[in-house]
Parts: sequence; structure tokens; C-alpha cells
Amino acid sequence: MTADPLIRVIGLGKAFGRHVVLDDVRLEVRPGEAVALLGANGAGKTTFLRILATLTRPSRGSASILGHDCARAPERVRPHIGLVAHGAYVYEDLTALENLRFWTALAGLAADGAALARALAAVELERFAGERVRTFSAGMKRRLSLARFVLSRPRVLLLDEPFAGLDQRAKKWLEGYLEAFKAAGGALVMATHSFGRELALADRLVILAARAIALDTPRASMGADEIARLYRLHAEDGA
Amino acid sequence: MEHRSKETLNALVFFALLLLFVFQFALGPDRERLAAALPGLLWLGFVLAGLLGLGRTFVLERENDCWDALLLAPGDKSAIYVGKLAVNVLLMLVVEVLLLVLFTFFFNVDLVGPLPALALVLALGTLGLAAVGTLFAAMTAQVRARELLFPVLLLPVQVPVLLATVKATEAVLLGEPLSAVAHWLKLLAAADVVYVAAGVLTFDFLLES
Repeated sequence: MTADPLIRVIGLGKAFGRHVVLDDVRLEVRPGEAVALLGANGAGKTTFLRILATLTRPSRGSASILGHDCARAPERVRPHIGLVAHGAYVYEDLTALENLRFWTALAGLAADGAALARALAAVELERFAGERVRTFSAGMKRRLSLARFVLSRPRVLLLDEPFAGLDQRAKKWLEGYLEAFKAAGGALVMATHSFGRELALADRLVILAARAIALDTPRASMGADEIARLYRLHAEDGA
Repeated sequence: MEHRSKETLNALVFFALLLLFVFQFALGPDRERLAAALPGLLWLGFVLAGLLGLGRTFVLERENDCWDALLLAPGDKSAIYVGKLAVNVLLMLVVEVLLLVLFTFFFNVDLVGPLPALALVLALGTLGLAAVGTLFAAMTAQVRARELLFPVLLLPVQVPVLLATVKATEAVLLGEPLSAVAHWLKLLAAADVVYVAAGVLTFDFLLES
């Protein structure tokens, strides 16, 4: 028996004024499944992620996570999602530990000092707990951002270019983290331009073009050349 | 964070000093002119410094998309408003105390006698200014022309608070008892209750929209 989808998107549309960004998008993502969302610049990948993350309201259709509508019941959706976008969601003048403590208080999570230390250790930042984030590299900020999810344990991760700006070591660490997240039954949606590590993690390739999903296919054993060909065919020629 | 960086506080203190120099040059040594203008000058200084500080309320949230992080936090967002309001009130009070001390020094006026009554007017007026200022700072935080919009939106709404504070300050500095300005204090207290309640009740909606 197939598990119920964690993410269900039906007839989703979004327009900013007269500019239609998304039109009739449909998607389902099941537990333990990772979807790589490909598309040219302006294809609507970030808008799509922001709708799922309850940060942007759709113009029509619906998106739901664990059965809760992202637009009508954002407060029910938020405890189940983790969003990693271009910003790391951290305050530069706070230390890593203070950032984590602030975030857990804001999220209403009961996390004592030991739990916070465990979360920092999980993202390999325990040695930097007392250092201000201003001194951190992009990769360290991304890891600190992910440390929040060690405490909140979301079922769905929404990632916008998750490997961008990371060094090789940080990329390898993130890959392992996302693999473990998937194995634990979480659902992943990763918006990306690159054909690198995101695609190796993905179970499905979804290409957004001309405001809708142009291709939704299992990645299976597809090689990089085949993926690039499909991308050119659907995202570039079809846009 | 402000305690650590002191960015806003330093800017406000420097701005307050500049204002005092301008007032000093504008008024000269004429004590009669000064006595008539003092309540207005005091509150002009407080409001201008306040505008500067209040407008920066959500500057930190623009870094690293922290605004989105606040939005994504489950639960009631009014705690964010109350926290930001408390910091703004504290910052404004620090600058106001400094300005009062400097006024005493620069203009040779006695503010020690009426200090208890003045402190009450200051506290009520500051809370009113900060309550609406914090709310409007959130409202304009994601707008492109926020530096222009913020004072344009804020100042008209502040008219009742400004009117009551200037009038009450004037009476207090003339040595009148608090009972003589009770009607202004009641107006201030009522405005504070309305503004704080409006902030707490609408902040969640404001953040979401």
C-alpha cells in the first residue's frame, strides 16, 4: 500500500498583478520521497516553495501539507515544515547557541541546554556554539539553519538551491543529512538550477516551464546527459 | 542585539547632540523665548530621535531573511510585537533622559523640581509613540519606500499623543500640579491603551499580510 502524500498540490495558480507565475500546478510528494524542482530563472520555483512554506498565498487552487491547507491553516502547517532558502534565518550579532535558543523559544519548543548542544553537535557546530554568527561562513550559517530542524523534527523540508555557496565538505555533510532525513520518512522538495548533488538525492525530477509542470518523471537511473537533454527540451525550449 | 552592537543607540545619541546644538543656535541666550519654546523643543527632539530609532525596529530582520523566520515560527506573533515595543520604549527613554540632562546643561533650565511629574508625562508619551511606531515599522518593513512612508504614516496618528504630551509638559515645567493636567494625562493613558491593544491584536495579521 502506498503511503498518503505529505504534500498535495491541486490546480495551483499564482499571479502577481497581471503577471501569471504559476498556472494549474499539480504535485504529490510521499514520505521518504525527494523531488528535484528544475526550471529556468523566473519559472516560479521559489514562488512554488514559498506557497508550500505558507509565506505566499496562492491565487487559485490549493496546496496542503499533511492534510492542512497552506493558505487557510498556515499555523497547522508550520510545525511540520522546514524551509531553507537563500537567507539562513540567523541573527548575525547572536552566537550560534543564542540563535538556536531564540528560535526554540519563538517556536515554543521545550529545549534545554543539553538539547541545544545536541542540535549543534548534529550539524557539527558544537565548537562554535559561543561564537557570533557574523564570523561564520555561508556553509556554517546553512548548517546552523538546519540545526533548528534537529529540534523541531519537520516532516517536510523545502529547500531553495540548498547546495549553493557551500564548500565540498559542507556539501557532503548536507547530502548525508538529507539522505538521513529521507530515510526517516521525510519528504523533500529542492528547487535547483544545478544538475549536481540535488539530482543524485532526488527520486523524481519535476520541471517547471511555461507556468506549469512540463515534466514529472522518476529519476531512476537517468544519467546527467539524459537529465540535461530533458531540461533543454522542457525548461529551455518549452519556456 | 542592540546591547551588543549599540548601532541605534549611538546614532540616536549623536543625533540628539546635533539637535541640541541647532536649538542652542536658533534660540540664543533669551530665557523668555526659551521658556516658551522648551516643551515643544523637548518633544521635537524626542519625536525626531524616536522616528530614527523606531524606523530601524525591523532592520535586523532584513538580514538573512529573518523576517520570514519570524513568520514561519508557529504560535502567537504578538510576543514579537511586545518584545520589540519593550526595546523601543527602553531605547527612547535612555535617549530622553540624556536629552533632559543635556537640556539642563545647555540651556541652564531647572528640570529637577518638576522631574517626578515630567517623568510620568515622558513615560506615558513614550509608550504611545513607541506603540504606534513599532506597529508602523512592521507595516512598512517590507515596503520599498519605507524610509519615506514610515514618518508620513506615523506622524498624523501621533497627533493626540503629541498634543497631550506637549501641553502636559508645558504645564509641568511651569510648576503646575499634576491635577491641573489630569485631562491630558487621561488622554495619554487612553491613547496608550488603544495603541498597545491595537498593536497586540493586529500584529499577527500584519505580519501575515
